[in-house]
Amino acid sequence: MPQSTPFQPRLSGLNQTGVWKLWAGYAVAPAYQHSISTEYYAIRNSAALLDTSPLFKLRFAGPGAETLLRHAMVRDVGAIADGRAQYTCWCDRRGYVLQDGVVLRLSSDDFLLTAAEPTLKYFRDLASDLGIAREVVQDVSLDFGILALQGPLARRILARLTDSANGLRYFGVTHGTIAGHGVILSRTGYTGDLGYELWVPRQGALAVLDALLEAGRGDNLTMMGTTALKMARVEAGLLLMDVDFRSSRHAWVDEQRETPTELGWGWMLRAMERSDRDFVGRGAIEQELATGSSRWTTTGLAVDVHDYERVHDDAGVLAPRHEVYEETTMSVYRRSETPWDYAGYATSFHYSSLLRRPLALAKIPMDLAVKGTEVDLELTVIRRPQNVLARVHAGPFFNPERKTAAADEVQNP
Amino acid sequence: MSTEPKSAALRYDAVVIGAGHNGLVHAGYLARAGMRTLLLEQRHLVGGAAITEELLPGFRFTTFSYAISLLRPEIVDDLDLVEHGLMVLPLANTFQPGLNGEYLALGPDADANYHEIARFSAEDAEAARDLDHLIARLCVALKPWMDRIPPNVRSEDPADLEAMAELRAFMEGLDPEVRTLAERFASSSAAEILDATFEHDLVKSLYASSGIIGSMVSPRDRESGLVWLFHKMGEYDGSPGSWGFHKGGNGGFTQVLARACEAFGVEIRTEARVKRVLHEQGAVRGVELEDGQRIEAPVVVSALDPRQTFTRLVDPSDMPADLIEHLEGYKYQGSASKVNFALSDLPTFPGLEDKPDLFRGFTNLGPSIDYLHQAFTEAKEGRFSRRPFIDCCIQSTVDPGMSPPGKHVMSCFVMYTPYQLAEGTWDDQRDALGDTVQETLEEFFPGFSELVLHREVVTPLDIERTVGLSEGNIFAGELFDTQLFLNRPAPGWNQYRTPISGYYQCGSGTHPGGCVSGGPGMLAARQVLKDAQAGA
Repeated sequence: MPQSTPFQPRLSGLNQTGVWKLWAGYAVAPAYQHSISTEYYAIRNSAALLDTSPLFKLRFAGPGAETLLRHAMVRDVGAIADGRAQYTCWCDRRGYVLQDGVVLRLSSDDFLLTAAEPTLKYFRDLASDLGIAREVVQDVSLDFGILALQGPLARRILARLTDSANGLRYFGVTHGTIAGHGVILSRTGYTGDLGYELWVPRQGALAVLDALLEAGRGDNLTMMGTTALKMARVEAGLLLMDVDFRSSRHAWVDEQRETPTELGWGWMLRAMERSDRDFVGRGAIEQELATGSSRWTTTGLAVDVHDYERVHDDAGVLAPRHEVYEETTMSVYRRSETPWDYAGYATSFHYSSLLRRPLALAKIPMDLAVKGTEVDLELTVIRRPQNVLARVHAGPFFNPERKTAAADEVQNP
Repeated sequence: MSTEPKSAALRYDAVVIGAGHNGLVHAGYLARAGMRTLLLEQRHLVGGAAITEELLPGFRFTTFSYAISLLRPEIVDDLDLVEHGLMVLPLANTFQPGLNGEYLALGPDADANYHEIARFSAEDAEAARDLDHLIARLCVALKPWMDRIPPNVRSEDPADLEAMAELRAFMEGLDPEVRTLAERFASSSAAEILDATFEHDLVKSLYASSGIIGSMVSPRDRESGLVWLFHKMGEYDGSPGSWGFHKGGNGGFTQVLARACEAFGVEIRTEARVKRVLHEQGAVRGVELEDGQRIEAPVVVSALDPRQTFTRLVDPSDMPADLIEHLEGYKYQGSASKVNFALSDLPTFPGLEDKPDLFRGFTNLGPSIDYLHQAFTEAKEGRFSRRPFIDCCIQSTVDPGMSPPGKHVMSCFVMYTPYQLAEGTWDDQRDALGDTVQETLEEFFPGFSELVLHREVVTPLDIERTVGLSEGNIFAGELFDTQLFLNRPAPGWNQYRTPISGYYQCGSGTHPGGCVSGGPGMLAARQVLKDAQAGA
């Protein structure tokens, strides 16, 4: 039997589709209702709630916690204040990415981290190498459920239950009480929208979920399945492990491993030159940056709408636009004299109903990864390969002001 | 159709001795290449140690060998085995009962397995993923060496020198992580590797069983490292290290091979025991059967084990003294028995009565390294383990043809049961072994004995007597580094040839070794055909 998240007793009754899938051994809903678009638009137009509990949860607490994280992570958790969060990644010694995740800094020596794959032993072994007690790292996966409340009305809904999030800035972390249960709140998410994530103690899970659903009743608060979430994350330009990249840890060959630069996370490395902090993989990353040995980088591709229409019109079919989200490999070609001049490949493809444009996340050579560069993306139109024009797009495709805006400005959207 | 006069002695292009799975594979390849091939089997049925027998009406027993993993995929294609009925059913689960009601119930989903192991230790669950992946990487790296004729260390032939250089370059070129693991398997016991990897004993024992299967070694002996690696070298549909049941048992598999052989024109004769291999002036002439009949052939291939091949089928005094001396040190020391049951129903494990898929795979009784080591210690003293390691398989859970509806056949592979008993004989102790196995099963599955409709006990002596495997060793010789690859069965004689020109060996006592892999049969055929081409 699959594992159950703490919210499962309530959620199993809310899934109208009868379809479940496995995520890290847990049964989760790809969608709660038959219209994925409805769930998607709840994220963008009101608010949606996701059970993200299958993530592995680690707590780093006690003497050495900060030292360990500063050594383990590519970004410097020492650079953020208590009550702040940081999106980061961690690499192996060869500079290849193991995983990405968000670190919450609760206090000077108390941190929480989410991860897609088990990594308790990895961090404990690293602690041992540093002479730090292994027990500094604890797996608290079963102690908490996590809910992601995302969308423009997220703050308003949350404010009906607690004042704690009122002043919370983007990537801020605080404690609050909901339905009598202490929760940890962070202004983070995986949708690229205004949103919060709530770490709820297991025993309070159902009470907090019920309170949220009740508080959002008049604001179209909708349960979101993983498909709507993934559509939103493509628009936000956020990568998904095992879709857009894989962990170096269980790769077979280096071709399957990627460095932060190759994943388009060069921005995470900018602070490196201001500090000589020794973190795992630093030597290899410095070498990569010095020699320019990055094999590719990962970037967004915005597909030309007219060309997208044209290739389908020419074939006599409607261009697919409704709930198109694919995790398939699509080849990318350089626009040059040489026909079919292979350059790289896309890993995620989504027709954004909101942005009225097909979007892809792709790996292309560094020289092509310049904003606006034109490439060909290979679609399949009536079972045949067909190239369409796409343009390199740096950063998120959708990036509303409300995502990062100071709390006061988003009070009444 | 032969145009030769019938009065002449029977004459073939090749005679293969022993219709075990390697003899069958080998004969199939020779016939496929156009050689007129005769396959001789001493028993009334083909299959060697891979047979299925109906000992009780409706109950079909895998008397000896009972699962498949290392079968070389190219054989399936080359010999058209699918066309002849090949069907391998996945052994999807592994059930590892512990003491005091503990257990690990693992399946095909890696995430589910993580959570199952994490009930005991989250660190072990994570370490298991790393170890499984690293072992799989090592096996993939080694696979090309599994599937080629190994170099001859005693040879000055440029091809051999080149192959040795290639081997050294391969080892040096391995990914450092993978190479370190390879070195650990070669130099450490299973227990040493497991102690360095896991904290919980039940998790260690789950892995340790692969390190002792069919081998007279404790998981604390250095040799158990390589035995473990060997058992991971297979695959199920490309899933490394996974195993399957052949439809109809492993006898079903050898029947598929027999049909493939016949389709290629192999002539199979059963109840035809070879008395000796005939040779003159260093060249093979044919074979003589026990009944005195002589069969001529320029190529004779023994699928029997090295002791049979070099000291029974030919006069050892005709062999180089150093080879015979080496083979005297070649270890058989059979240590495994089979106890097979017909059951009126599935056994039940307390607390998991309603988990019907529990037995759709391997069930390992050997809940700790200490348990396994204790079992070994008893065997070392010359008696069978009082609490043996048992690998149970109930093929009828996924293959209804194996038993009447609702009833089951259960194959129990039992360790350690030494071929050489300190006191008494296996004929005296056969029933006592059956009782011990049944008592052990009763401890893990209360009420087991009430389910037993029939019991068959197969000791190492029975394996030797029936199948002909010396000392009952299921691999035709231990899987120790001194007896593998460059050394199987002896340095200088690891390329399927023998000191007699035209006389070859193709049994599990040659590279890559034991298990239902067909590798020896296939590679030996490659050598025979290469030599024929060179001589032609």
